[in-house]
Amino acid sequence: MLDYLGWIPALPLIGAIVNGLGAGRLPRKAVSAIGTGTVGLAFVIALGCFQALLQFPPDQRYHLEQAFSWVDSGDLSVPVRLLLDPLSMVMVLIVTGVGFLIHVYSTGYMGHEKAYGRYFAYLNLFTFSMLVLVMADNFLLMFFGWEGVGLCSYLLIGYWYQRPSAASAGKKAFVVNRIGDWGFMIGMFLIFVSFTTLDFGRVFAEAPSRLMPGSTMATAIALFLFIGATGKSAQIPLYVWLPDAMEGPTPVSALIHAATMVTAGVYMIARCHILYTLAPAALMVVAVVGAATALFAATIGLLQKDIKRVLAYSTVSQLGYMFLAMGVGAFASGIFHLMTHAFFKALLFLGSGSVIHALSGEQDMDRMGGLKSALPKTHVTMLIATLAIAGIFPFAGFFSKDEILFHAWESGGPILWAVGVIGAFLTAFYMFRLYFMTFHGPSRLTEEAKHHLHESPNSMTIPLMILAVLSVVGGFIQIPLVEGGQRLSEFLAPVFADVTHVAGGAAAAHGAEHGGSGLEIALMVISLAVAAAGIFLAYRFYMVDPAAPKRLAEQMRGLYRLVFNKYWVDEVYNDKIVEPIRRGSIALWQKFDAAVIDGAVNGVGRQIERGAALLRQAQTGSVQVYAMVITLGLVVVFGYLALR
Amino acid sequence: MTPAPIIPLVYYQVLAAIIFTIGVVGVLVRRSALIIFMSIELMLNAVNLSFVAFSRQHGSMDGHIFVFFVMAVAAAEVAVGLAILVAIFRNRDTANVDDVRLLRG
Repeated sequence: MLDYLGWIPALPLIGAIVNGLGAGRLPRKAVSAIGTGTVGLAFVIALGCFQALLQFPPDQRYHLEQAFSWVDSGDLSVPVRLLLDPLSMVMVLIVTGVGFLIHVYSTGYMGHEKAYGRYFAYLNLFTFSMLVLVMADNFLLMFFGWEGVGLCSYLLIGYWYQRPSAASAGKKAFVVNRIGDWGFMIGMFLIFVSFTTLDFGRVFAEAPSRLMPGSTMATAIALFLFIGATGKSAQIPLYVWLPDAMEGPTPVSALIHAATMVTAGVYMIARCHILYTLAPAALMVVAVVGAATALFAATIGLLQKDIKRVLAYSTVSQLGYMFLAMGVGAFASGIFHLMTHAFFKALLFLGSGSVIHALSGEQDMDRMGGLKSALPKTHVTMLIATLAIAGIFPFAGFFSKDEILFHAWESGGPILWAVGVIGAFLTAFYMFRLYFMTFHGPSRLTEEAKHHLHESPNSMTIPLMILAVLSVVGGFIQIPLVEGGQRLSEFLAPVFADVTHVAGGAAAAHGAEHGGSGLEIALMVISLAVAAAGIFLAYRFYMVDPAAPKRLAEQMRGLYRLVFNKYWVDEVYNDKIVEPIRRGSIALWQKFDAAVIDGAVNGVGRQIERGAALLRQAQTGSVQVYAMVITLGLVVVFGYLALR
Repeated sequence: MTPAPIIPLVYYQVLAAIIFTIGVVGVLVRRSALIIFMSIELMLNAVNLSFVAFSRQHGSMDGHIFVFFVMAVAAAEVAVGLAILVAIFRNRDTANVDDVRLLRG
């Protein structure tokens, strides 16, 4: 089955090309079949590869598939080569599996759209790029995928480009991502300078011998790559694009801005974990940024009114947890959370899409409520996802989040742990706020929406149910404390095994063998209690006493306004960064470009024209004048020769 | 009977030079195509004159032969040139060379 590895990214690419060229000409059924079929087939092949990979002994689960040589110049040699190891296997399964479900869902959700072919072409192109990203075996190819997903994200956020807000949100996402890409590129250059190769295998094998632990170079590489990760994965300070990205269609938010693309940064750090373990300072930065983002975004999520924006901030916050895990060296736990998060956050987005679909496009939670009976399937699946993200036993989020918090306590200290726990409390609160405001309480629907209210078609609800099942059982592949329960860690162990050999990286290999089961249980109980408290508070505020939030907001007016306006981060960025750059650019354009450069070019042209006009006087076009001049010339020449 | 005084060669040369110069100036300054033609003939004949003078001085027939050739060619040239001139005049009602400038850029 591994022979078919190349087809995993190739199939979605074929789908993208066919749907892209046939956009507007192919019938809708064909578009759906090609769009979903290619991704579904890729998922089947991925499952086959997974099966094949399991046949090998754990330390030989490393497969390279060379397609062709891409760049060959001097020291730089970059092949297009696919890498399949447990880490990329997990990512490929998530991308194709969750991606397939979202493609199926899209056939229902986007069914009324005019530009149906264009949508699926973009979505397939995204899947292709993401697969290249996670299967690349060198930094340049990874960067190709990295840029590809960024492009597709831009295209899909701006899918409804007729809406100015969507167009500008796409632009914002693209520009902010470019800032991160700059960091990624600098990191890549530094790697090439240090290793004269961009090949993962060689860089990671030689890293311990070439880079001193804690050396400036190691730290610089790690930090620059992390800048790239903050851009793509929406961490402080570059998270601002993700909430705006909700302008795109909801399945896009689920696929790109929750389950896959935004986790690219996490994957990248997991892939480069050796470089990070060589740079403890950078690792600390990752942990702190992750924890800060987890808390910060959660507080913003508390007061958002738009159902998708709540989920967007929740995504930022959950990504923060993944980075916290990376930062404390618990790479496998981060990937575990990445996976469970892909399940329940995709489910949440798709569920919210189902709600929005049912309400004919309404996204404001103030105009929802009481949808429990009208949307029974959506309601149940959403409840499961909400419990999962809140971290309630035995849903998937419980296992992954607790593992991260446990490692945060173990390797990061109580402060990081406490930040994580407060974040978990807020998560439980705002998620249940969303749940209660949407599905319970009195109906606040507009008459218009009430009229059209309907449960979504099967093409939408079936993916919801599958994801709901995954959100329930997804955690069981990594059960703490139980002997042999950590299947995911064991599967990923060969990838992260080298960490233990590297100085300062001992923390990563903790997992089960490092004792403290009593401590782990205690931490688990605490975070469960905290989550329950969050849920209870949300219940009090939004079910029992709906006036309470307003009273509280009155009491803490300043704080409320600060958080409600998202700490004015967008405004500050606009005033302090975007505007000065814009003004500077305008000044450069008008003062330098138009005046100096254009002036010089046009000036040269004008001078030549003027000189030519002068010379043109001599060219009268009268043969007699020419003859006269020739004659005079002859007279002068002969006269000179005669009189000499 | 006194022998006819021999006219020195230089006289012929000076006359030929004067006629030639008149021809050149005529070609350069006149605007009528017909006059320009006549000026060209003047130049040709000035040359003929000096040919004949030299020929006689040297007692050779070579110059005479040249002159016959020149006259034959000039006759042919005038035949063609005048035909063109008549055609232009018929078409454009003018023989002024400044008015005939269709090919000027």
